[in-house]
Amino acid sequence: MSETEVNPAICKSTGLPRKRFYRARAHSNPLSDSHFPVPISPSHVDYSLHYPQLLSGQADSSRKIQFADIGCGFGGLLISLSTMFPETLMIGMELRDKVTEYVKERILSLRKANPGQYQNVSVVRTNSMKYIPNYFEKGQLSKMFFLFPDPHFKEKNHRRRVISPFLLDEYAYALEVGGIIYTITDVEELGDWMKSCLENHPMFEALTEKELEADPVVKLLSSATEEGQKVARNEGQTFQAVFRRIVPSDQTS
Amino acid sequence: MEVESKKDVEVAPAIIAVHPDGSSVAVAVGPDLRVFDLRGGSAVSLVDDPAAEPFHKDNIRAIRFGAEGRLFVSAGDDKTLKIWSPHSWRCISTVSSEKRVTAVAVSNDGGFVCFADKFGVVWVVDLDPPLHDKKPMPLLSHYCSIITSLEFSLDGRFILSADRDFKIRVTSFPNKPLNGAHQIQSFCLGHTEFVSCLAFVQGQEFPDSLLLSGSGDSTVRLWDIISGALLHTCEVANKAGLLESDSKEDNHGHAITDLCTVLDGLLVAVAIQSLQGIVLLRCNVSSQTLSVSQVVSVAGEAFIPTCLGSSPSIGNLWMVTGVSSLPGCNYPSLARVRVISGIDVEQEPVVLGDDNIPGGEKLLETLQGTASVDDNAFLAAAEAVKTAMCNLLIKKQYPAENRESRKKTRNDRKLKG
Ligand SMILES: C[S@@+](CC[C@H](N)C(=O)[O-])C[C@H]1O[C@@H](n2cnc3c(N)ncnc32)[C@H](O)[C@@H]1O
Repeated sequence: MSETEVNPAICKSTGLPRKRFYRARAHSNPLSDSHFPVPISPSHVDYSLHYPQLLSGQADSSRKIQFADIGCGFGGLLISLSTMFPETLMIGMELRDKVTEYVKERILSLRKANPGQYQNVSVVRTNSMKYIPNYFEKGQLSKMFFLFPDPHFKEKNHRRRVISPFLLDEYAYALEVGGIIYTITDVEELGDWMKSCLENHPMFEALTEKELEADPVVKLLSSATEEGQKVARNEGQTFQAVFRRIVPSDQTS
Repeated sequence: MEVESKKDVEVAPAIIAVHPDGSSVAVAVGPDLRVFDLRGGSAVSLVDDPAAEPFHKDNIRAIRFGAEGRLFVSAGDDKTLKIWSPHSWRCISTVSSEKRVTAVAVSNDGGFVCFADKFGVVWVVDLDPPLHDKKPMPLLSHYCSIITSLEFSLDGRFILSADRDFKIRVTSFPNKPLNGAHQIQSFCLGHTEFVSCLAFVQGQEFPDSLLLSGSGDSTVRLWDIISGALLHTCEVANKAGLLESDSKEDNHGHAITDLCTVLDGLLVAVAIQSLQGIVLLRCNVSSQTLSVSQVVSVAGEAFIPTCLGSSPSIGNLWMVTGVSSLPGCNYPSLARVRVISGIDVEQEPVVLGDDNIPGGEKLLETLQGTASVDDNAFLAAAEAVKTAMCNLLIKKQYPAENRESRKKTRNDRKLKG
């Protein structure tokens, strides 16, 4: 995508952070509490710090983040979405400190190298499994992404999975009706799990084949992120589940 | 092994519940459940399910009357929930939990009992019919946070859950709760420490949606549960003049431990970790604010209530303090019960002496385990109560500097550059 055209240039001129300096533990345990700041509520987050060019004036304070990339890793998806949806504010949520720092630096250098662009993306370090309601109001998001999440194979670790029946309640809360949740993995078992969690949840319904084809974002799922590119290089299979937030049937009548 | 290493974590504060019509009072301390029949003026002998092990085998963490007094529920560290009939005081249903139970609630119609476990999962049991060993179904979950309080809204439409991560979640209680409660109505966010207790503002002139919460941040807050909006914050310890010069007092010294509405919710009694007595707050409906009405002190003994109870029909406020067991103390499961009467807009509230307490000496013998508690045992208990409340409510101690940065809430300043 645009990112591959841009990156080498920045590397030379502005010294884009190189990933290997930001390597951290491959898997974090989301259950253990780390010491990062947690906003008391969405209204306590000063988003003008995240989007200084777009949210400078007070008039803009009504503009809200609409896309969230959960466990964004090195941020490849956000970078692609940023230019595809230049009018939309989007944020990555990442648990690992160093990875978050990397994404921050990456965004800053892209902003520098491309004046006026990449102003709509940002990243926070947080545990998305605990603090989604601290960042987003009810129905605020129109898209949520869960690309190549950690698989947590063991049965007793299933509750660490970032898609689960309980957590879907919170995602349904943060998503507007009609909002879309995108998931993809190269682990078949996890793919089945995410799909069945979504299928069994009363507030989500699968997109049809036609809808999937018409949605330009679907094509990014397997190609835009670092993890996706790795899988593609190894010619690995991927399993995606894309669902829409709906009003549950016992509420429609 | 686990029990050994966390000895003082296992100390459980005494808790109290009053029947809504004022006919009986229950105290739980340690594994003991003690009930006194105020009408009959005698101790109640509980009749447990013959198939189950008798009573509770470990600390009881939650007791409450539900469904207008048609049910009574007890649960705790023995992973057992017992549902009793307050008419016969028979155990009508025993439910097993996979984990220790931290909070319970009964749906307003008495059809369902909900309980929260140590992992932050709320379970629901269908009481129709109230058989033993009914299988609880998962209802909702707070991700890895201990739930401190569970309440149904006054109109029964919502179930509320408060946790140690400062969060209050308001969830629609569905028609078929056994399939889970998926629709989150709101989150009430604003507390900066654990939420310890919830209470609804009741009374005809109030909208159904006004909620009160108490927290380790020393405040009581007023919320609209439909929107999750914070309507008012009352710095109780500050406003009641408790702060003064003792700046050495640690951060959690003025933690709110319990809330109890009295007089149809016109007044709210507040128990604070450092206060020998209670603070009465007044809730102003039109301005949607809370203000300190007065401080009612208990003179003469180190009585810091761990739990409050009252029945709406009678203006008495019941208070208990105590802990499950004290190392090196010969009063196992020590509890002390006091009553404040005359809580009325016109009258002056009085802390009743033991001679004047409803139920008299018999009640004290039943609920305290002994008619008189000696002073030394009491002082030791007061200390243990403090430790117990701390351990119960405070998850971890952040270094002071870290706590500050948590409060600042702004992160990623770097991006500004
Ligand atoms: C396998 S990586 C995938 C990263 C990226 N989505 C991609 O496709 O390249 C999963 C990421 O999720 C992050 N993560 C795991 N649990 C998380 C949590 N509870 N909150 C936020 N991020 C989390 C991990 O730190 C890791 O960076």
